[in-house]
Amino acid sequence: MTTFARTPFGPAGVAILLGVFLLVFLVIPVAKVVFVAFQDPNTGAPTLVNFVDFFNTSLFRESFFNSLYVALMSVVVASVIAMPLAYFTTRFNFNGAILIQTLGVIPLIMPPFVGAVAMQLLFGTNGSINLLLDEWFGINIPFMEGLNGVILVESIHYFPFILINLSAALNNIDRAMEESAQNLGASGLRLFRRIVFPLAMPGYVAGASLVFLKVFDDLGTPLLLNVNNMLAPQAYLRISSIGISDPMGYVISVILVLFSLFALWTSFLAMRGKEYATVQKGGGGLMKRDLRVWEKAGAYAVVIFTLLIVLSPHIGLTLLSFGTIWSFSVLPDAYTLANYQEVIGTTSEYITNTMLYAGLAALIDVVFGTAIAYLVWRTGLVGRQWLDYLATGALAIPGVVLGIGYLRTFYDVEVPFLDKPLASWWVIIVVALAVRRLPYALRACVAALQQVAVALEEAAENLGATKFRTVKRVVVPLMSGGIIAGFITSFATAAVELSATIMLVSAESDAPLSYGIYVFMQSAAGRGPGAALGMIAVIIVGVATYLSHRVIERGKRERALEAALAGGV
Amino acid sequence: MNHSSRVLRVVGSWILAAGLLGAAPLTQALEDKLVVVTSFPKDLTGAFKAAFEKKYPGVKVEMLKKKTTAGVKYLQETASNNTSDMFWASAPDAFEVLKGDGLLQKYQVKATGIPDMIGAYPINDPDGYYKGFAGAGYGIMWNERYIKAKKLPAPRDWSDLAKPVYHGHVGMSAPSRSGTTHLTVETLLQGQGWEKGWAEWKAIAGNFNTVTERSFGVPDGVNSGQFGLGVVIDFFGLSSQASGFPVDFVYPSVTTLVPANIAIVANAPHPEAAGAFIEFLMSLQGQELLLNPKIRRLPVRPDIYGKAPADFPNPFKDKSIGAAVKFDVVKSKNRYNLVNSLFDVMITYRLDDLRAATKAIQDAEAALSGKSNAEAQRLIDEAKALVGAVPVDEATALDPDFAAVFKKKRKKATDKVTGRQAEVEAEWDKLVKANYAKAKTLAEQAKSML
Repeated sequence: MTTFARTPFGPAGVAILLGVFLLVFLVIPVAKVVFVAFQDPNTGAPTLVNFVDFFNTSLFRESFFNSLYVALMSVVVASVIAMPLAYFTTRFNFNGAILIQTLGVIPLIMPPFVGAVAMQLLFGTNGSINLLLDEWFGINIPFMEGLNGVILVESIHYFPFILINLSAALNNIDRAMEESAQNLGASGLRLFRRIVFPLAMPGYVAGASLVFLKVFDDLGTPLLLNVNNMLAPQAYLRISSIGISDPMGYVISVILVLFSLFALWTSFLAMRGKEYATVQKGGGGLMKRDLRVWEKAGAYAVVIFTLLIVLSPHIGLTLLSFGTIWSFSVLPDAYTLANYQEVIGTTSEYITNTMLYAGLAALIDVVFGTAIAYLVWRTGLVGRQWLDYLATGALAIPGVVLGIGYLRTFYDVEVPFLDKPLASWWVIIVVALAVRRLPYALRACVAALQQVAVALEEAAENLGATKFRTVKRVVVPLMSGGIIAGFITSFATAAVELSATIMLVSAESDAPLSYGIYVFMQSAAGRGPGAALGMIAVIIVGVATYLSHRVIERGKRERALEAALAGGV
Repeated sequence: MNHSSRVLRVVGSWILAAGLLGAAPLTQALEDKLVVVTSFPKDLTGAFKAAFEKKYPGVKVEMLKKKTTAGVKYLQETASNNTSDMFWASAPDAFEVLKGDGLLQKYQVKATGIPDMIGAYPINDPDGYYKGFAGAGYGIMWNERYIKAKKLPAPRDWSDLAKPVYHGHVGMSAPSRSGTTHLTVETLLQGQGWEKGWAEWKAIAGNFNTVTERSFGVPDGVNSGQFGLGVVIDFFGLSSQASGFPVDFVYPSVTTLVPANIAIVANAPHPEAAGAFIEFLMSLQGQELLLNPKIRRLPVRPDIYGKAPADFPNPFKDKSIGAAVKFDVVKSKNRYNLVNSLFDVMITYRLDDLRAATKAIQDAEAALSGKSNAEAQRLIDEAKALVGAVPVDEATALDPDFAAVFKKKRKKATDKVTGRQAEVEAEWDKLVKANYAKAKTLAEQAKSML
């Protein structure tokens, strides 16, 4: 976080820089599109009549409640999936914990289009599972019908937000807390309920609120499952049709943003007035204990079952990418490598672009996320909350709106020396991805910061360290788990983003993987190769995630070693 | 991205340009690049790109793939600093929108041997802005395994899709989502008349499994067996079949052949290369590429059909394809947004209600068959009329003042329109929902009498 530490202006200067960035790359482009919501469609005069229309339309009211219901149910289902995985891997000595944590991130990396196709092939009315159920028992379970399907796919897709943030929080709990509780006689469930879970609360709330916001605003899943009666699809369907500059789409966008901010504010309130920070660090999370044999078997059973469910889209994707024809049958008719052969020649450029864009975007996100988290929670700057609200508001901006806003705002801005519009320079894709994924990194950073005691900073400053030195040497290292979690979520999700990208790609040589998949998935013959390209995307991001996990683990060990050496001297 | 190679390429092109300037004007050379915004799949664009680059080795073709609606938006938003040369897509309506915004430039095709009409539709834009290069018609595709497993008959015509046996098995995209689907809907409305056409669409929609968000969602759903039958444009059906999926396709009697088009964008940076691309597309060599099994579109040159496989439909010979309806482009254009909106209000967003009402009617009719009960028959007829009812009549739909509500783009700040789309739609929605609910009650009442 050197950029932050070296900035010469002090916190206010950093806050202003961040504010300007968000203003230029989020507020202005969105405002350029969204102002239509406040315009009388007939006269162009400013008005609120469109909002009256919104609440007078039964379809919109119904969509609103559907979105709310789906978002809440998805948080519940995602929590059920994530909690055991987080708990087992942080609480017990469990072989392959790192593998579970990595596999647990994989669902986030679901490339567009292929995921829904794979899920339909497995769980749809005429998917593998239902074909088998029909053959054996003569029944058909509507996993994928209507809102059920959306909840199922969303919770499988987004539960890693809870898993990652909750694991980071659990790892950050001071062992001394647990030991004190045990000395006072608490154990088992009581220990978990009264000590462990409350202390991990910031992580859980960070993850759960992300899931809620993300599902509430999510467009892709309902669209791919052809569920229209929800808010985000209604907004998108209205905005993206030819010739339509109908204000209702933008009205819905405004309502999405407002409601998201409201939900966020509620989660702030829920967290307020509680102390989550622990002073001592270095204990390295909860005490891990070995499992008894039958416990181990049980834990493995739960973990394997959960993984099977959450990885089912990827299992489907694998089959699709190696299959020839898969139509109304339990499994593909035959297997082949032809799909991979077809994409192999075209992928290298897509891959380098994806790594570059998603990597840069995630880097920007954690730097900005850390800075914003610190400014909001540790300084008394006036209006600092607005940085948080603004950055988080990006969650609620449909990608299409941001994409169109960028084209509208930056198409007439020439890049110096390159002689082309900023809107068609590849860097704008990075900025769009960074803005869209900033909320993920921000929530992770905020959660991490909340667990760092202010007393530690005060101690450092009392010892003569400057503010920036304190941030650099004390705060950021203590937040590293959360920062990496933020980097991973931003990176993994940016790598498969499509909605803003597709508006901004102006040359094939600048296109990322998700765009390549989109191109393949437009024809019957392209389904297999598209799935193969999707697999390649999943593998690359999966490997990158695994490696960054390894880096953190090594960092942790080294720090522990240093501490031990320092203690010994 | 390989930046060093990009720099090299740029420097290389300068050197090349300097060389050309020195040597000019020997021949009128094509530019070294061509940027095509297209909605077509890779199978099609890849084949043409490769063949064109082979013929003109100096030109590098960039295919920018965006779905039709996004492509139109992209060209509109980037017009102030245009970098695209051509727009290449199916739906003539999308070209009409661009033409209306002054974003296309005229071009005169030099190639000869292309007739004026395909089916009952003019191949080229009468104003000279966009050119048809291939024909496409709409029809029904189905999954052979699916209909065998569910014991369904193969469909022949649109009216078949309304039969109770297909309840829950049909998929289609919404006209607001896909330009090609819009044409299908409009064709039936023009072929059967406004009231009858909508009644038929709703009878078919009562059997829908889903309304897909993309037009490709329909062949995708049929191919994977998610639903059994789909309303699609011919090349989706034909190319799926050619890719090995167990599917089949049929042209119903009421269909229209519509050309897929290409046009040069206004202020195109590479106009010579763009012209050469159009000529290539219309040449014997270019037209023959359309017969490729993965592409499968109907060439606009009648002389190509001799090289086509035996079962390939030939609209220039077989006059039954697409000749039944004389498609009125002006009528279609005037109510374009209104038809989209009506379809969404009555079908897409109220699919569950519509399906429930349709199911109730179908059940009542099944119970009635073979018996005679005048009162039950009356109730069923009333229920059917309620489901089929359209909230606006054709005259109103074509009234420019009313349609203006849906045209939302005020050309000038001084333009005034009365009424708001959301307001009108909310009224329709209320009416439609009440009608479906009442129809369901009536049909259930009829059934309980039997």
